[in-house]
Amino acid sequence: MDASLPAHMRPERSFQGFILALQTFWAEQGCVILQPYDMEMGAGTFHPATTLRALGPKPWNAAYVQPSRRPKDGRYGENPNRMQHYYQFQVIMKPSPPNLQELYLKSLAAIGIDSSVHDIRFVEDDWESPTLGAWGLGWECWCDGMEVSQFTYFQQVAGVECAPVAGELTYGLERLAMYVQGVDRVYDLNFNGRDGDAKVTYGDVFLQAEREYSKHNFEVADTTMLFEQFKMAETACKKYLDAGWKDGKREAHLMALPAYDQCIKASHVFNLLDARGVISVTERQSYILRVRELAKACGEAWIHTEAGGAA
Amino acid sequence: MPDLLLELFSEEIPARMQAKAADDLRRMVTEKLVAEGLVYEGAKAFSTPRRLALTVHGIPARQPDLKTERKGPKIGAPDAAVQGFLKATGLSSLDEAKIQRDPKGDFYIALIEKSGRDAIDVLAEILPVIIRTFPWPKSMRWGARSGKPGSLSWVRPLHAITATFGLETEEPDVVKFSIDGIETGQTTYGHRFMAPAAISVRRFEDYEAKLKAAKVILDPQARKDIIFADAKELTFAQGFELVEDQALLDEVSGLVEWPVVMMGSFEQEYLAIPEEVIRATIRNNQKCFVVRDAKTGKLTNKFVLTANIEASDGGKTIVAGNERVIRPRLSDAKFFYETDLKTKLEDRLPKFEQIVFHEKLGTQAARIKRIGRLAAEIAPLVGADVAKATRAAHLAKADLLTEVVGEFPEVQGLMGKYYALAQGEDASIAAACEEHYKPQGPTDRVPTDPVSVAVALADKIDTLVGFWAIDEKPTGSKDPYALRRAALGVIRLIAENALRLSLMKVAASALAGLSAKPADAEKLPSDLLAFFADRLKVQLREQGARHDLVDAVFALGGQDDLLMIIRRVEALGKFLESDDGKNLLAGIKRASNILGIEEKKDKRSFDGSPDAALYGLDEEKALAKAIGEVKAEASAAVAKEDFAAAMSAMAKLRPPVDAFFEKVRVNDDDAKVRENRLKLLNEIRSATRAVADFSKIQD
Repeated sequence: MDASLPAHMRPERSFQGFILALQTFWAEQGCVILQPYDMEMGAGTFHPATTLRALGPKPWNAAYVQPSRRPKDGRYGENPNRMQHYYQFQVIMKPSPPNLQELYLKSLAAIGIDSSVHDIRFVEDDWESPTLGAWGLGWECWCDGMEVSQFTYFQQVAGVECAPVAGELTYGLERLAMYVQGVDRVYDLNFNGRDGDAKVTYGDVFLQAEREYSKHNFEVADTTMLFEQFKMAETACKKYLDAGWKDGKREAHLMALPAYDQCIKASHVFNLLDARGVISVTERQSYILRVRELAKACGEAWIHTEAGGAA
Repeated sequence: MPDLLLELFSEEIPARMQAKAADDLRRMVTEKLVAEGLVYEGAKAFSTPRRLALTVHGIPARQPDLKTERKGPKIGAPDAAVQGFLKATGLSSLDEAKIQRDPKGDFYIALIEKSGRDAIDVLAEILPVIIRTFPWPKSMRWGARSGKPGSLSWVRPLHAITATFGLETEEPDVVKFSIDGIETGQTTYGHRFMAPAAISVRRFEDYEAKLKAAKVILDPQARKDIIFADAKELTFAQGFELVEDQALLDEVSGLVEWPVVMMGSFEQEYLAIPEEVIRATIRNNQKCFVVRDAKTGKLTNKFVLTANIEASDGGKTIVAGNERVIRPRLSDAKFFYETDLKTKLEDRLPKFEQIVFHEKLGTQAARIKRIGRLAAEIAPLVGADVAKATRAAHLAKADLLTEVVGEFPEVQGLMGKYYALAQGEDASIAAACEEHYKPQGPTDRVPTDPVSVAVALADKIDTLVGFWAIDEKPTGSKDPYALRRAALGVIRLIAENALRLSLMKVAASALAGLSAKPADAEKLPSDLLAFFADRLKVQLREQGARHDLVDAVFALGGQDDLLMIIRRVEALGKFLESDDGKNLLAGIKRASNILGIEEKKDKRSFDGSPDAALYGLDEEKALAKAIGEVKAEASAAVAKEDFAAAMSAMAKLRPPVDAFFEKVRVNDDDAKVRENRLKLLNEIRSATRAVADFSKIQD
């Protein structure tokens, strides 16, 4: 941890300080520090900087915060740590460096988790995203029995083999910050590291939003519109993919990113419909498959783009 | 003789894979050594989260030399043959070959000596192959090399390989090879946090000791012993008792290289949650043991955790951290439990209308209805109250929709019992909610409460008939719906509760309740019965009993009362162990063999009563008389279900059968006498069919 930081910027006092400490650490490892993607998504993995950039031969090191929307996890602000909107901190390094575990442990030290007093463990957790057609092997990282991060060596993304393999780290920011700040309720997190009147808590920023969105997600979200949006996103995705092949030949693609946006959109709309409880068990599977088909087609398009490594 | 030390140092290996991996490594290396003529003295493999290690001691330093003779062409053979021989054997001229004298002509013999190679060279050849082909259940690629084809796959990234070979008294050599950029050496690393520095090792003895000094206990058994002993001591010292859990111990020992056992606690109020739920929460999510009060036997508000580090603050932070994690988990569990209690089990049932049990078998709701109807039918047959059985079947699956079961599937059934009791259901009904899943396997307890038995049978028979109807039967090693287990469950329920019921009738009734109608519906119950016969055979075989007798009894046809089949098989087994039984079986087989041959010869069967007027010999008459008596006696005994008495009756056949074969020539010159005698033999066969088809019994 950087001892020169002013008190209100220290990761154990301030949520934003905590995020900044992680960003600084990974910037120093050569990562580009991106800003959140401007779309609603269920996890940081959906960000094209991970899903698409993980594919193809070109090296890629990036880190970013991504708000994650999980409509079903809303609890109207009543649950101490479950929310329909929270932050993930995502690191992706391709190819995975040989010392990625050490880097991860150093990043914990940078946010105030000292491995000489904490029990840090790598516990098997195979990662799979059925909607993204992706899987990898790795661990959930435990600190004193608490899962604080997800550590994955991507083997396949969007149906495409990763060559070379990228290493992905996902930190659950609120949970880690709660641990470091020693609070039991996420809304009690000190957001800005100030005291007294100047203090802003996580609850000040997000509690109302949690209440409003929980009501929206579970009770009010317009399902007719959402069903329509799903279809529109699906159709648009396919359309852009078709239109993106240069000269109509399947050799180079010019529109993988806009097409993939529609895939992200479809996935989020599906999550909303799921939270509204209007998708039956059997339909659920077919929706997941439909999103996966889009993701796979986007992956296929991406590897025919310049950043995807096409010659 | 020299020893091998091999260590594969990697990132964290999943706990559940470690034991098998160590065993595979030992097996693969030693089998290869033996195949290479290097017979070793002993081998042992170890695993920790970060390493697989193997020591093989007493390996010969060199392979033995091999001398082989190779026969060549005759003397004076054409030059082409000679040249071919020289080329194949590596001889420079025929002068190096021996000549072997032979009456058919002398020929050349080449003596080929293949000198053995140094063991270390053999190892350098076999070890990389083993590493490349190692059977991990799941393996992965990593790093820059994974961009190219043919890169190494390992369970998690592999970082270092230690491979040394040498005598105890000397500095060992490194078995040199390189795999995917990793060069073998003699450098390993200690505990990730407490002693991460590189360690130079020579051979197994110093390797194990240096690791221990670097806070790594290599032997998983030693780690288990430490965890178990420390956990017992820690709990005992406070008047508590560890709730032992072997599977958890195995797992935890695979998560640490340096186990440090500590105790934490949680708020008393959580003890209001059912113990099984507390245990599932703490065990599954946190990999911690739970603790009971030695006096009351009830759970206490303590748990035992195993850390991987001697923390500089004595573990205070770690214990506090674990407590902070367990608290919300228990809080969730308590919330789930209390939420569940607010809804009556029957009020959950409508939701099952939306849940598909199987695409072709309809919804869970339909299935619950079927089970209810079947349970009501079975109830009187097993001494259960029909109303209670119906009610139990109605509620038994409802807990699947509770929060607690959603979170911890392993407490399904059990929660149903708790919730049923909480809403004031009859004790038998509540018990059935839990017990209708039983028995889950050959060692699981079989319920005895008639209500549980009725619902358990209905549940299993509905499953079996349903999947039979849509032709989803188990094949080979595939049994995705656990139908073999269900059939065994039915067998055990019937046998251990001594129940009488006609499986054909129950199956037909279950079939009638299905909406899916198979094409050959009338064949289904008997088809299913044959499956039960197979399962019964498997079960008897596993118990070490004779399983061929099952066929002998089923072959009688019309047998669908499992209890009677089992009893008959038991009586038959006992009988066949006696001298009378063995000899009678031999006699019957002889009669059957003769009949078989003659029936084939004459292309006819010899059914029908023999004509008493044609009996010429006393032995014929005696046998005919005995058959008549035995048949009547055995049939009467069978009708009374006294199979032991039926077998005793059979025993009386033995002397006249023996006497008949001794004195009577079946194939008499007089065709009429011959036919009559064959008919008499046929009578033996049919008389014995009162108890079993002896022709199906193996000798």
